[in-house]
Amino acid sequence: MKYACELKQSTYIALWFILLTFPIMVVKVNTIENIIVWRWINIVGVGVGAFVLSFFWQLYLRKKMTSQQTAPEKVSILNRLIENPKIYRPALFIVGIFALIFPAVFSHYQVNVMTTALIYVMLGLGLNIEVGLAGLLDLGYVAFYAVGAYSYALLNYHFGLGFWMLLPVGALLAAFFGILVGFPVLRLRGDYLAIVTLAFAEILRLVLENWNTFSFGPSGISNIPRPGFFGINLTPEQSAIYMYFLLIALCGLTIFVTYRLQHSRIGRAWVALREDELACQATGIDKTKAKLTAFALGAMWAGMAGVLFAAKTTFINPASFTFMESAMILSIVVLGGMGSIPGIILAALAITLLPEYLRVFSDYRMILFGAALIIIMVFRPGGLLADRRKQYKFHQPDAKEKR
Amino acid sequence: MKNDLLFRWILIPFFLLTFGTSSTTFSAETIKIGIAGAHTGDLASYGLPTVKAAELIANSVNTKGGILGRKIQLIIEDEACKPELATNVATKLVSQKVDAVIGHICSGATKAALRTYKDAEIIVISPSATSPELSLSGQYPNFHRTIAPDDTQARLVADFALKTLKLKKIAVIHDKGDYGKGFAEYAKIFIEKSKDAKVVLYEGITPGAVDYSAIVQKIKYSGADAIVYGGYHPEAASVVQLMRKRNMKTIFISDDGVKDQTFIKVAAVAAEGVYASGPKDTTKNPLAIAAINEHKKAYGTEPGSFYLNAYSAMLAIVNAIDKAKTTEYKAVHKALRNHSIDTPLGKIKFNDRGDAIGVGFSMYQVKNGIYVELK
Amino acid sequence: MNFFWDLFLGGLTRGSIYALLALGYTMVYGILQLINFAHGEIYMIGAFSALIVASILTMQGLTGLSVLILATIATVLYAAAYGFTVEKIAYKPLRQSSRLSPLISAIGMSIFLQNYVMLAQTSDFLPFPNLLPQSNFLDSISSVIGPSDFIIIVTSAAVMSALTLLLKFTKMGKAMRATAQDQTMAMLTGVNVNRVISRTFIIGSALAAIGGILIASHVGRINFYIGFNAGIKAFTAAVLGGIGSVPGAVLGGLVLGLAESFGTGYISSDYESVFAFALLILILIFKPDGILGRSSQQKV
Repeated sequence: MKYACELKQSTYIALWFILLTFPIMVVKVNTIENIIVWRWINIVGVGVGAFVLSFFWQLYLRKKMTSQQTAPEKVSILNRLIENPKIYRPALFIVGIFALIFPAVFSHYQVNVMTTALIYVMLGLGLNIEVGLAGLLDLGYVAFYAVGAYSYALLNYHFGLGFWMLLPVGALLAAFFGILVGFPVLRLRGDYLAIVTLAFAEILRLVLENWNTFSFGPSGISNIPRPGFFGINLTPEQSAIYMYFLLIALCGLTIFVTYRLQHSRIGRAWVALREDELACQATGIDKTKAKLTAFALGAMWAGMAGVLFAAKTTFINPASFTFMESAMILSIVVLGGMGSIPGIILAALAITLLPEYLRVFSDYRMILFGAALIIIMVFRPGGLLADRRKQYKFHQPDAKEKR
Repeated sequence: MKNDLLFRWILIPFFLLTFGTSSTTFSAETIKIGIAGAHTGDLASYGLPTVKAAELIANSVNTKGGILGRKIQLIIEDEACKPELATNVATKLVSQKVDAVIGHICSGATKAALRTYKDAEIIVISPSATSPELSLSGQYPNFHRTIAPDDTQARLVADFALKTLKLKKIAVIHDKGDYGKGFAEYAKIFIEKSKDAKVVLYEGITPGAVDYSAIVQKIKYSGADAIVYGGYHPEAASVVQLMRKRNMKTIFISDDGVKDQTFIKVAAVAAEGVYASGPKDTTKNPLAIAAINEHKKAYGTEPGSFYLNAYSAMLAIVNAIDKAKTTEYKAVHKALRNHSIDTPLGKIKFNDRGDAIGVGFSMYQVKNGIYVELK
Repeated sequence: MNFFWDLFLGGLTRGSIYALLALGYTMVYGILQLINFAHGEIYMIGAFSALIVASILTMQGLTGLSVLILATIATVLYAAAYGFTVEKIAYKPLRQSSRLSPLISAIGMSIFLQNYVMLAQTSDFLPFPNLLPQSNFLDSISSVIGPSDFIIIVTSAAVMSALTLLLKFTKMGKAMRATAQDQTMAMLTGVNVNRVISRTFIIGSALAAIGGILIASHVGRINFYIGFNAGIKAFTAAVLGGIGSVPGAVLGGLVLGLAESFGTGYISSDYESVFAFALLILILIFKPDGILGRSSQQKV
């Protein structure tokens, strides 16, 4: 039989999993009442589940291995589709139309969820500047997001400044904070940088939580105004739609700016920095400047997203800015494919919409989400849409002669 | 519960196949009640008991034929106590046209979600959001709760510490959370205002830390006669255990979050003598006993935090809809204020601010492994 | 006994716990350059298995030391099996890809394991029986140091010395160190790198399980979320000491524990974790490779 080997393996794996999950899945102790509940029936579930899953797992893994051996430079179908102008231009057009008519077609709830997803698109693209382009692994990106959100909430509360005034202020404050974080960590590499950014984010969150007179502590700030629309009072639904279009516009701006940045002089310097710090320095790139601009620009988008977030939820407290949030944003960048703008947009939508629509499974949604992260990474380690460097072709009529 | 897991193991693939078509196809006849709160993440243990309470009541009402001839249908939504998810959940519940909401669990998430419910005119009854601002500000006429706000509870505890126990030096400790810190803050203010006693230490501890010995040492050297603790039972149990291990006799006074049988089971002998405030005589109330037994029978475990509050909230809303003979907002709103109902927390109805009246509060002390009400 | 010594001993206890967990991070990092975010979850699963095994044994009528020994053995075995399986599922297929991919699958694994335990067991806090033995000797010193603190410090020290000896003098330890230095070269000299990696995960997880039993007995309660905070702190400790270095992880754990203890004692426990993180940043600014980390030569 063709799959005999896999079937045999799967049987062993299923047995292993039955053994492995035995204490947690089958036994349930109640130490308070001193009762043990034996749930033998779960063994069957684990066994069958593990058998089926491991069978497909091995099948796909083998397929992946063989395809890697035969065609090492194979470009995925998704990538090819997106790079073909005949396909991506009409696709872009359809996506644009869809984005415009979305609020008219779908309910208030859907618009709200989509607005949240768009905030994550901004965050993903912002972090992409740091991680995807400059290769600075940032595990505390959420700090900049918090700076933006709190600067809107607090400046509005104390001075009554409006949304449009504070959007750039929030962005600038976050960028400033980015440089502040960037300075001490200039010498650090790789994972040391990661932990220091994580530490900065945790310190900021703890300060927000404890310094009541400044940030109102864990009870947060409520009644943050939604953005005004030429002084007209909007109903909640109208303002949700307004928020949605605002975010569509700002996402458009983000995409445009990051795209231009990617192919600019500084963008190329970042990529060089990511690939090899020493070699990059040797070619005359100012490492300090490149790193600090990456931090500042990355943080700026997070700051803007933070202002929008505060305006959308109308309430913020430190609970929204935990490490898990940073991890989610990082997952967006890596899942999408580092440096790839369409990939990140796709991943941001997937990561925020997936748990929302997985609500059908209620209790099981987070466990499925965790499993999905592992599965995607194992089978597409480069991300959904891996970035491919733009290739400049040198057209010369007599290229052969030159060789 | 026993067959439940296997059942879902098989069901998951089927769900995957029929993705998106489930859960929205219900008959228009049902009365929809949204249950919103933290069902995943670190605060899940405070949100899940509410789901169980609601399920138990919905089942018992439905087997008796429902109310107004209609069945109750629960729409359970998780927001992990995050404000941003709470607003999404709120819009989702509104667009599904729920008639009332039991939740949210955390004050922060409740604040974020309330505006949406208010605009859509939906009654909200929270079993556990204690921030005074929610009802005091008067901004949310649709908001109700079956738990005492922080200031009421802090007043009771502070009075007890000052007048009954006549303490002079008090350490106020909290868990940095919305609930614990809110309570501790009010307790501190009340104690300082009275001028009878001094707050010698005011600090927060980190929930989930591996060890609390440093703060316990600090309490010891601060010379406090008593600790007023704001927060939930898991951390309280650790702190009390550590103190007793170090032979410290400091009196421990705490809030509703600690007045939980699990606290005594976890802290064991160290729990002896601990004071906590809580709703009046729930241990003798036949309804409370019945509610707890019902949970034990259905799920095989002791109920978790805020179970009785959620149980009462659910009873109150069912009763109000029944009395109003409609699910229309104004009528139910009025019925909640005009008709009292017997619940595990006592005979309750709601005042103009939406706080429950009739939930008498009193102080308890652990004696021989159970909380005994102090007269 | 004064305030200072009390804080010092408290910090030492806390630091030993961090160190035990940090070892798992540092060993995996040394070999794979991977931050194993699921390590904290292994510790949580260890604590849960210990609770389950210990409860079953207690209900069978066993008491005292026999429960502790049997539960420890079972827990160590189970946690090791989990560590082994996690590596095979989430990291091994990603050996060749970029460094960030396994990081994300580690985060996924951490979410998965948390929810798995929550669904299969409970979301509530469970009281954890004090498994640590009581004896007259421990009672006699209880005014100086709590019995469980004493046991934690001693056990951690013993386990960590055993690990150091294992790495220094056994063939397996040598193979591990060789793999950490240069994977390809180790392979060429006949080291089975896959086996070494599996063993690293098994040892790291076993240490986490021991940590799980000790901490759960000390704190007296567990739930599905305990791995997360402890994991982040332990990771911080590992980096502080110089990630990849075994003595560094121990030192990092102790420094972190003491910093938190003294910070809480002399300043305020509101900012307990802030002291740990601020210290980390300060040390890394002046010593970018951690306290005991080797400063790696950068070459093009």
